[in-house]
Amino acid sequence: MVAVDAAKHPAPTDGLAAEAIHVENLHKKFGQLHVLKGVSLSARDGEVVAIIGGSGSGKSTLLRCINCLENPTSGIIRVNGEEIRLKPNGFGDSIPADRRQIERIRSRLGMVFQSFNLWSHMTLLENVIEVPVHVLGIKRMDAIAEAERLLARVGLAEKRDVYPAYLSGGQQQRAAIARALAVQPRVMLFDEPTSALDPELVGEVLKVIGDLAREGRTMVLVTHEMKFAREVATHVIYLFNGQVEEEGPPEQIFGAPKSERLKQFIRSIG
Amino acid sequence: MRRTTDIEHLLNPLLQTSAVELLAISPPGWGANLLRGLTNSIQIAVGAFGLGLAIGIAGVWGKLYGSPVVRDLMEIYTTFVRAVPELVLILLLYYAGTDLINRALEQFGYATVDISGLAAGIGVLGIVQGAYATEVIRGAILAIPQGQIEAARAYGMPPGKMLRRITLPAMLPFAIPGLANLWLIATKDTALLAVVGFNELTQETRQAGATTKAYFTFFVAAGVLYLLLTLFSNVIIGRIERWARRGMPPIAETGR
Ligand SMILES: Nc1ncnc2c1ncn2[C@@H]1O[C@H](COP(=O)(O)OP(=O)(O)OP(=O)(O)O)[C@@H](O)[C@H]1O
Ligand SMILES: [Mg+2]
Repeated sequence: MVAVDAAKHPAPTDGLAAEAIHVENLHKKFGQLHVLKGVSLSARDGEVVAIIGGSGSGKSTLLRCINCLENPTSGIIRVNGEEIRLKPNGFGDSIPADRRQIERIRSRLGMVFQSFNLWSHMTLLENVIEVPVHVLGIKRMDAIAEAERLLARVGLAEKRDVYPAYLSGGQQQRAAIARALAVQPRVMLFDEPTSALDPELVGEVLKVIGDLAREGRTMVLVTHEMKFAREVATHVIYLFNGQVEEEGPPEQIFGAPKSERLKQFIRSIG
Repeated sequence: MRRTTDIEHLLNPLLQTSAVELLAISPPGWGANLLRGLTNSIQIAVGAFGLGLAIGIAGVWGKLYGSPVVRDLMEIYTTFVRAVPELVLILLLYYAGTDLINRALEQFGYATVDISGLAAGIGVLGIVQGAYATEVIRGAILAIPQGQIEAARAYGMPPGKMLRRITLPAMLPFAIPGLANLWLIATKDTALLAVVGFNELTQETRQAGATTKAYFTFFVAAGVLYLLLTLFSNVIIGRIERWARRGMPPIAETGR
């Protein structure tokens, strides 16, 4: 159903494409719990980086550190070549030193959450235009026109004036993807976008994400859908216990894994 | 038939003049006085409730996001105000408050001011309302699904905008029942200002009753006015609540 390798856009392995996301030696502690132990990650323009790993291995934490939803303990984070300036917060973590900078960076990272997190008091259209109009300062008329296009694209043109609570999980997640696209993100961040969905609704959401990936969108994607990761990812990172245990192209990770743990993980997932 | 006259005699003070005449809008009827009292009461209630909301929002901001010192101050404020009887607070804030303001003005070389009963009433009741509103709104904000706040953060919304665009509208459905109660309490707490001689509805009623001795008529009339105010409020609150809940899932039918 979803693409084969031939349809995949060429991965810029030659190092020429610019780095959209660069994470270096990232550490994160929750109190005594050392969740990320020196993780590095790079996503070049057009790459789809899939992060896989067992529950509690730190996947969500890694993703959430990229836009500082979680304050890293130490490490370097660069988005579109711009390093996020960090300062110690006095409790052992680093927080963004410049609120304006982090807000500007966040506003161009389209994040999609496991539990959709649409704003419940806004219709789908209002959800999609909220950030363009009220954060990015785009004219309302223009934002509406773009939002209608995006909602149509995810198959929700008819639902523009409906509140999220009246929609299925799959519809809500597709709307959340439209909201992310509305900020014209240079990179999209997905945190298990289908894990909260009933099995029969997973397909419609994966199809939308798959189409975006094939279009050459840059993404960092945390997922438990191994088949999907294999189909759309250009690079796969296997996280174990807060460290990168193995990484590489999907053919290698899923076809010829080297690490014993990864082998076992792939077997256990099926 | 004699008996009827006895009863008439007993009720004489009440029936001396008919209720219609007593409540007539134009003098010698006292209707205009009562309506003026009602208007004053409503003004105070609206002002106090509005001030209470503003204090409440600022108070929640302080309690949830403020520095430890600010948090402690807010805690002291809400605890103190909610612990002391409102009547005591009104007397305290009204007399001590105006005195304090005037002394401060004197200190800095300004002329003392005569603080109007209306402003003082709004100020005093507003401070009381603010303490309760803080707790109502705090509870409502904690009831917002955290993901919605997180999404606003993830998209780079600055704190002030997040409060206006996301937090306040999202907490409203959870806050409306509590705030509606506060509004109804505000309308009735205005009666407490009678003790400082402010001409709100209860005070006007007492004066009318004292002058004409028709206490029963006037207090029933005042009661009816308070009731009408509440019924009218309920209609408005119902509308606001329906609007605030526009995005909430439809309430599941309780099946048989
Ligand atoms: N806010 C927090 N406070 C304390 N501990 C946390 C917090 N968030 C995550 N953790 C802990 O950090 C570890 C990694 O969590 P994380 O959510 O990143 O895992 P994950 O790989 O995304 O797992 P899953 O597949 O279950 O989503 C877990 O042990 C978790 O309990
Ligand atoms: Mg997770």
